[in-house]
Amino acid sequence: MRELMLGNKAVARGLYEAGVEFVSSYPGTPSTEITEEFVKFDDVYAEWAPNEKVAMESAFGASLAGRRSFCAQKHVGLNVAADPLYTMSYTGVNAGMVIVVADDAGMHSSQNEQDSRRHAIAAKVPMLEPADSAEALEFTKLAYEISEKFDTPVLVKMCTRVAHSQSIVETGERKEFKKDYEKNIGKYVMMPGNAKKRHPIVEERTRKLAEYAETSPLNREETGGTWLGIITASTSYQYVKEVFGDSVSVLKLGMTNPLPENLIKNFAKKVERLVVVEELDPVIEEAVRAMGIKVEGRNLLPGIDEFSQNKIRAAFGKNFGVGESLEDAIPPRPPVMCAGCPHRGLFYTLKKLNCTVLGDIGCYTLGAVPPLAAMDMTLCMGASIGALHGFTKVNNEAAKNTVAVIGDSTFVHSGMTGLANVAYNQSKGTIIILDNSITGMTGHQQNPATGKNIKGEPAGRIDLEALCRAMGINRVRVADPYNLKEIEAAVKEELSIDEASVIISRRPCALLKEVKHKAPLKVDADKCIGCKSCMKIGCPAISMKDKKAVVDANQCVGCGVCAGLCPKNAFGSVEG
Amino acid sequence: MMETKNVIIVGVGGQGSLLASKILGDLFLTKGYDVKVSEVHGMSQRGGSVITYVRFGDKVASPVVDEGEADFIVSFEILETARWLSYLKKDGQIVTNLQEIEPMPVITGAAVYPENLAEKIKAKGVKIDALDCLDLAKQAGSAKAVNIVLLGRLSHYFDIDEKLWEEIIEKNVPKKFLELNKKAFRLGKNA
Repeated sequence: MRELMLGNKAVARGLYEAGVEFVSSYPGTPSTEITEEFVKFDDVYAEWAPNEKVAMESAFGASLAGRRSFCAQKHVGLNVAADPLYTMSYTGVNAGMVIVVADDAGMHSSQNEQDSRRHAIAAKVPMLEPADSAEALEFTKLAYEISEKFDTPVLVKMCTRVAHSQSIVETGERKEFKKDYEKNIGKYVMMPGNAKKRHPIVEERTRKLAEYAETSPLNREETGGTWLGIITASTSYQYVKEVFGDSVSVLKLGMTNPLPENLIKNFAKKVERLVVVEELDPVIEEAVRAMGIKVEGRNLLPGIDEFSQNKIRAAFGKNFGVGESLEDAIPPRPPVMCAGCPHRGLFYTLKKLNCTVLGDIGCYTLGAVPPLAAMDMTLCMGASIGALHGFTKVNNEAAKNTVAVIGDSTFVHSGMTGLANVAYNQSKGTIIILDNSITGMTGHQQNPATGKNIKGEPAGRIDLEALCRAMGINRVRVADPYNLKEIEAAVKEELSIDEASVIISRRPCALLKEVKHKAPLKVDADKCIGCKSCMKIGCPAISMKDKKAVVDANQCVGCGVCAGLCPKNAFGSVEG
Repeated sequence: MMETKNVIIVGVGGQGSLLASKILGDLFLTKGYDVKVSEVHGMSQRGGSVITYVRFGDKVASPVVDEGEADFIVSFEILETARWLSYLKKDGQIVTNLQEIEPMPVITGAAVYPENLAEKIKAKGVKIDALDCLDLAKQAGSAKAVNIVLLGRLSHYFDIDEKLWEEIIEKNVPKKFLELNKKAFRLGKNA
């Protein structure tokens, strides 16, 4: 069937058609929809794992047991899962195992712009790079054949513009796949004696994969004009075709590790000028140069941000027109916490108390945006607690006004180990777990603290309070961030005490379907004195009109945090 | 060979641009075109400025539309229309909601929301079709139907049968909201 399909959904379709039975992932933009779409098929198993490392190890176990398996993560997620990946390269697989890593050139929803191709090279595993949805489906299926033929996990690199673009695909039928598990200590038990024997096998496999790359349909030459030859991959290929059509020769690489040296050398001989067009790091360019070939790339196009057709036009000196613009300054529109977001009341309190706030990855990172601006650091998943430990260990005084803030999903992902360190090595800071009962930023995925599985069915549930106590934190309490007095009292008290503590700021995400909203609030213009106290919380539903606060009833969910700040009790319910 | 046509859909994260792009994509696919649609998920959806690209033609390469390339700007909010104006091709057409949603820097007083944007855009000689989609959506029965009102208005500029538009809308919205959305489409179309 011919349909318009999101790149990530096309990967899921490819998994289904390849007979994959087991998928385990941790959500991360732009990879999340692969797992969400896969679980919609009948008779397959998919799950959200606590983090990417656990997901990859679980997929490895399923492969070992003889079933084709899969895990997906965003680029930084692969850092978390790098440990199993680098040694799975040595063990190889039983049934095929494929891993998607989704890069985010342009950082639409990420904290860095790292290039995952470096991981493929360092781990010595093959990497495929689809350039649209049709290739995402086709390459995913082919990746399983490569995985089994060469006995290796296979990385498929997506990027935002392939993962989140829809293009036309042809779907096929599912083929079931089953293999038996066979005990093989020398292959699967990676202790030094065995690993020493596996390493030469890995190097030989890379040589064979490079040979395969020379003739694989993954790499193709599109002969056009010989005045310019462009080597490219992934979404960059589409921009090149958009600008040049068939007027230049293109070597499109669908497999970017290992590279086909002869194919590249022959292509280089046919063209007068050779340029590599690749986003982020000059990985292909450096490899081509190391082959002794004269090549351009980074001299024309930057290694920062994503490309587009105009960037390619500019790099090659081609003209393009730009539309009109107004003389007015157009104010920026950064993302903000939603109206009714339970994090808002907490961040308002942390700002009021002038706390140093060590942050983490999630919607609450938006606590850094003015007017709240109540965040001092955000690094990676789980780093808030680790950093709090170090920060307060070297400065005892700091423990009196420094907190870590971390979401429920992020806490389970990699905050727990940080808390173990706080308890074990006895630092004295206050950790606030923002429990909104969902993984928010990636679009509402369940996690081990919500009590539901990926399908929303009842599942195991971590009791966060009991967990923190079991780890050795004596002071664990719950507060409601909609109640400003309660949350302020909790933060003040825990900061004043000379030992580590955990506050669970608990209130479900306002966007969850099961959350019942109260009637929107309305400002009594006669009572409002225009003091702007309610504007300090940065709620997108509140603005000033004619020196009076007004509430947008379309956005307001009646959380009442603004009302708690009003000195004149001007906020009333629309119903009341 | 037909030159690729470019539509950008702009607005504020959460306004429903993903459904609008889904419907447009399906529509052009049904008409037999090659189609690409590119979206942004994640952080930018939290009330930030969002842009979705829809391209169709005989053969579409790039999934995105660049500055100076859009045949149409479909906009959910007038400040966003102004923000993405440079993406419009010479002689391109704007279909925009007149609704104003203040961004946080305006709410906090750090910036000013510019006035009379539709008039200023028109004064540049740009073809702009501006209407109060929120009001029409409410008339249809839900403030959330702004996206369908906009598509109704956009349908003026395409030689595609209204029946086909309705079929595609039916495919993409829950059954219980179908009548509401059909009404929203017609209100936009006839506004």
